[in-house]
Amino acid sequence: MYSNKVLDHGTPASKSPKQVTLQVDGKPVTVPAGTSVMRAAVDAGVKVPKLCATDTLDAFGSCRLCVVEIEGRRGYPASCTTPCEDGMSVTTQSDKLADLRRGVMELYISDHPLDCLTCTANGNCELQDMAGAVGLREVRYGYEGDNHLDAEKDRSNPYFTFDPSKCIVCSRCVRACDEVQGTFALTVEGRGFESQIAAGPTNFLDSECVSCGACVQACPTATLMENSLEEQGQPDHAVTTTCAYCGVGCSFRAEMKGNEVVRMVPHKDGKANHGHSCVKGRFAWGYATHPDRVTSPMIREKITDPWREVSWEEAFAHTAKEVKRIQAKYGRGSAGGITSSRCTNEETFLVQKLVRAAFGNNNVDTCARVCHSPTGYGLKQTLGESAGTQDFDSVEHTDCVIVIGANPTDGHPVFASRMKQRLRAQKRGEDGAGLIVIDPRQIDLVRTPHIEADYHLQLRPGTNVAVMNSLAHVVVTEGLASDDYIAERCDPAEFEKWKAFISEERNSPEVLESETGVPADQIRGAARLFAKAPNGAIYYGLGVTEHSQGSTTVMTIANLAMVTGNIGRPGVGVNPLRGQNNVQGSCDMGSFPHELPGYRHVSDGSVRTLFQDKWGVEIDPEPGLRIPNMFDAALDGSFKALYVQGEDIAQSDPDTQHVLAALSSLELLIVQDIFMNETAKYAHVILPGSSFLEKDGTFTNAERRISRVRKVMPPLAGLADWEVTVKLSEALGYPMNYEHPSEIMAEIAALTPTFTGVTYEKIDELGSIQWPCNDKAPEGTPYMHSEEFVRGKGRFFVTNYVATPERTTRKFPLILTTGRILSQYNVGAQTRRTDNQVWHDEDVLELHPHDAELRGIEDGDMVAMTSRQGNTTMRAVITERMQPGVVYTTFHHPESGANVVTTDNSDWATNCPEYKVTAVQVSKVVKDKSDWQQGFDRIEQEQDSLLPSRRAQQPGTTN
Amino acid sequence: MDANKLVNMANQIAAFFSAEPDRKDAVAGVAGHLRKFWDPRMRREILAHFDAGGDGMESLVRDALEHYRDDLAPAG
Ligand code: SF4
Ligand code: SF4
Ligand code: SF4
Ligand code: FES
Repeated sequence: MYSNKVLDHGTPASKSPKQVTLQVDGKPVTVPAGTSVMRAAVDAGVKVPKLCATDTLDAFGSCRLCVVEIEGRRGYPASCTTPCEDGMSVTTQSDKLADLRRGVMELYISDHPLDCLTCTANGNCELQDMAGAVGLREVRYGYEGDNHLDAEKDRSNPYFTFDPSKCIVCSRCVRACDEVQGTFALTVEGRGFESQIAAGPTNFLDSECVSCGACVQACPTATLMENSLEEQGQPDHAVTTTCAYCGVGCSFRAEMKGNEVVRMVPHKDGKANHGHSCVKGRFAWGYATHPDRVTSPMIREKITDPWREVSWEEAFAHTAKEVKRIQAKYGRGSAGGITSSRCTNEETFLVQKLVRAAFGNNNVDTCARVCHSPTGYGLKQTLGESAGTQDFDSVEHTDCVIVIGANPTDGHPVFASRMKQRLRAQKRGEDGAGLIVIDPRQIDLVRTPHIEADYHLQLRPGTNVAVMNSLAHVVVTEGLASDDYIAERCDPAEFEKWKAFISEERNSPEVLESETGVPADQIRGAARLFAKAPNGAIYYGLGVTEHSQGSTTVMTIANLAMVTGNIGRPGVGVNPLRGQNNVQGSCDMGSFPHELPGYRHVSDGSVRTLFQDKWGVEIDPEPGLRIPNMFDAALDGSFKALYVQGEDIAQSDPDTQHVLAALSSLELLIVQDIFMNETAKYAHVILPGSSFLEKDGTFTNAERRISRVRKVMPPLAGLADWEVTVKLSEALGYPMNYEHPSEIMAEIAALTPTFTGVTYEKIDELGSIQWPCNDKAPEGTPYMHSEEFVRGKGRFFVTNYVATPERTTRKFPLILTTGRILSQYNVGAQTRRTDNQVWHDEDVLELHPHDAELRGIEDGDMVAMTSRQGNTTMRAVITERMQPGVVYTTFHHPESGANVVTTDNSDWATNCPEYKVTAVQVSKVVKDKSDWQQGFDRIEQEQDSLLPSRRAQQPGTTN
Repeated sequence: MDANKLVNMANQIAAFFSAEPDRKDAVAGVAGHLRKFWDPRMRREILAHFDAGGDGMESLVRDALEHYRDDLAPAG
């Protein structure tokens, strides 16, 4: 359950604009119409006893503990299910009410163990509190009768325990799973005394449960409890911070005991998550204190030398000397840096500042290059700003959702739960939203409890542009375009040009059918559904961007949104779902080699002047190298030194062998990370990083929402990441004077027009802020382009479909596409070091039964996968989710080497790699490991033996 | 850098802009993109490859390099 320090209003807030006034125990209180009597009482300072109600769930009215008297009404209504009316007079305490409540409590307690003193929930238990509140003094029924006191505990979930002996069958857990999470994993079995809670036929782990924790928060007793609470006891204080995993950016209360985290509980007032979470943020934070953490700086001359632990001072001095030597020898442009989408805005800002000011060039890029750089390009071109247009709450007002190239239930689970609430409303007969899924694979959202997509356009990988063009073709040629909107808001000449193009027969669904594999009538149906919906919203992910036509697809999305008039109000918009927690922020902070913070090109003299004045250095007017260009330049010998903060490029970038060759040719590779990652194997300097629990700063989520990250424990190695950059810069002869990250934010605000109004004080005051935040929008901007587009007139772009150069042949007849799963995160460095491994401990290859049969592959067989680039082996999973001819894997585990097979094709505009389309062959193997994997094992062992901690473990020494 | 790779990248850019109905716009689009996003050493090398015959280049790329050489050639 939530900490009892968090106020529970009993029922959710009403959104009605109408107000009503009533009296509670003689105190007047005014609330929105539709508010429950229970909630109004809390507003009046009166807590009515309750058990089955909590403010994250709709009232249910089963326990009858919350009874009250209402003047002029007979009986004793439940205050949680009774809506307030104007002029009502409510009494919450009387002898009769006290009697009734004691009776209820007596029944509950007679079937409840009385081991309060040794119970995990002691001191934070609603049942205990209620027994106190109603003044329960005796239990007349005795404990001898039938009871559930011996029921066995379910410990299958690694993070929480289900102890049915303590269950009062209030069904809060069941309702949380249904209403909040939308998984429907729990049921109440049996009736009356026999009734009990069940998770699937056996236990939690084998059920549909996705371990989001919603039921654990909702449970008023010790029945569902975090194991960490059992081990560590009740926390003594709490700090509000932000999840460091995905782009949803959930707000959490880190509940602490001294410097130790006891549990992470989603924050009810968090505007991105409204009290919900997923298994990663809620439970998988143990990596932060994992023994594998790097705790000391290390250096070595060559990558075959053993590591030497050194002081911070020596590490900085050595690194600075090396950078200077290399730049003197190979030129100013021979050094560069990579910022991290996992680090804070402030840290990212400093790394790009270090590159531009201390290295003196623009060779700075970010891992967003390999995921969302096409979003930045495509949206800037069409709409004028490189960001999503909406907040998450917007989905509540949507009438039709398109999800393209995104798998929200796995990648953005908390937002997916919100979206599912909206989609289920339709099935309940309310005016919910229609759903169109565009994906080569049958993602969960296509068919999930109480939701079924109206259309699943199961296209061939690499044909996004063709499908999007054909949708727009139908809208335009069937007269479904929003002509008034376009006339008012969009550039007319560009629109006419686009209209002529898109109306051409070659963009019709009938012509493109053979290319995309999607039946034309489905395209027509989907286009009509979307165009006719009053509010249509498009959500997309890496399945859009990570293609050779990634930027073009982003433009087709903007085109479709504009032609249907769906930008500039709640319920609509173009919504990129960002992968890592701070992808949006790292892009905003000027991590691209051609742009200064705020997406302003380095060739713009007036912008450069602004920065030059503040920073006191000349800024190079030429764009720098992007990550793939850095690799190419490293191989041709013109790029020699690289500073990588919080990124594992050796694992996350495509065409691994090319990347490793490039890294091996560097003379100085500086890796700043919390673990010895794959890239560290090729490094010369290791600077220990700090986890999100160890520093102050801000993250910006997919809704442009800036939220605070707060330090709850000291950095393990002594310095937070931003401090490391400051000291490195100082050693390079360019001092940066910051005492606290708030001062860095002040500099960002002073230099960036969309951040002018952002301060730490304001974030504290408002909870979070969505940029732009400036004089025009002092409290931030929930949805953009409201009166006009940021670029003035919206611009349609002609978006020709160009097939990817990656083609299937007889030798490589299958298409491999890649994705993510819920329990693991990106390259898995964090989640692999947690119990999330129980859900996914290896990457597997999904393929269609037909393709499997052709190759004699059975479920669970080891198979070899070969592309033009390389080969690897993994276990096969046979599933109808795939279409014939397409196979799928994830890349959370380094040894599976999914990126050994991916190609070096990339997006035409941004060089974002094409992870999503690789021609491969798959065959059954006897040998467990490919040549590449054997090589991987060898390097792993060699590098491992070079670590000081390993050498200290030689026989005869203790460690 | 690998000239083949640069040519492929430039051809891809040309493939996008080739949809422009007016060829002048397409040529300007390609040149503008190279100027805005390519680091000087990449521009220098593709110009050198062009001067050496421009093997494998689409005609839009050639025209862009030719007409906008002054913009594209890095200073110094
Ligand atoms: S497990 Fe907890 S929330 Fe669920 S019914 Fe039992 S007491 Fe209520
Ligand atoms: S953890 Fe989440 S998914 Fe699992 S049973 Fe509880 S609410 Fe349902
Ligand atoms: S991983 Fe994403 S959805 Fe899950 S808790 Fe963290 S921010 Fe929220
Ligand atoms: S809290 Fe109102 S009936 Fe249970």
